[in-house]
Amino acid sequence: MPVRCYEDFTIGEVVEAGPVLVTGEAIEAFAAEFDPQPIHLDAGAAQNAIVGGQFASGMHTVCLNMRLLVDGFLRNTNAMGSPGVEEIRYLAPVRAGDSLTMHLEVIDLRPSPSRADIGFLKCRSEMRNGSGEAVMRMTATLIFGRREPAGVARTP
Amino acid sequence: MNFFEDHVVGARVEIGRHTFMADEIKAFALQFDPQPFHLDEAAAARSHFGGLIASGWHTAAVCLRLLVEERHRRQAELRRRGETVAKTGPSPGLRNLQWPRPVYAGDTVSYAHEVVELRPLADRGDVGLRVARNTGTNQHGGLVYSVLTSTFVERREKQG
Repeated sequence: MPVRCYEDFTIGEVVEAGPVLVTGEAIEAFAAEFDPQPIHLDAGAAQNAIVGGQFASGMHTVCLNMRLLVDGFLRNTNAMGSPGVEEIRYLAPVRAGDSLTMHLEVIDLRPSPSRADIGFLKCRSEMRNGSGEAVMRMTATLIFGRREPAGVARTP
Repeated sequence: MNFFEDHVVGARVEIGRHTFMADEIKAFALQFDPQPFHLDEAAAARSHFGGLIASGWHTAAVCLRLLVEERHRRQAELRRRGETVAKTGPSPGLRNLQWPRPVYAGDTVSYAHEVVELRPLADRGDVGLRVARNTGTNQHGGLVYSVLTSTFVERREKQG
């Protein structure tokens, strides 16, 4: 399969990836390393929190979204990283036993104003649980290499 | 910096630093961001980055850990003094996250937290919204991470 470049994407392209099962062990392991709050770490302590019951760190959901983005979209592309993320919204708690799928839509494509060899792809990505409820929504920009530098005409 | 009323716009706290070693960069990437320039020195050297770099989410996740640890230290100090600890969270999200330059294996990132806005909420008398900018700066003084986060913080005096 040829490597997909900036020129190969279209606005409106939709990608689905997953599911990934979020276990209680995974929630606790991620929390222990990166977000050691009782609501994420300990099913018992979570009973007294503002949001009732243990749930995954929002950053954990974001990292799982990244994993599905790589598995379902970035493999076999010449992806060159990301300058940043416009917005992330946490919409519902992710619980132990939830199965998450990623739904991504390409919403904009624009050439780099300063570099002829790359272009920017803006996407809206959503993680949904087994009931189809969105738990996290993100608008991010990805950098892809161009097959041919901008402004160079293709020989017919 | 406890209840909503105690916060001041412009207040800045250095929350800690972290050196990103090659092994942990690869371990994180294997789990959450398996792209060649996060996983393999040789492939990374051939990429436009020119060397192994940390996943941007790794940079962000380490910032989160340092923030949580700093908050726990501050709350422990308040409890030691016999003061009530304000409830915070959950975070509704974040915006304007930027990775202006890569974090290379061996780089040390210093993280800071600065309050940029304190917004009373018309429909919530018990909490206010604190907007803060978290940043990461490498050992050369270059910005590698910046994000605006929003957090609900309990008020000392309930409104309305």
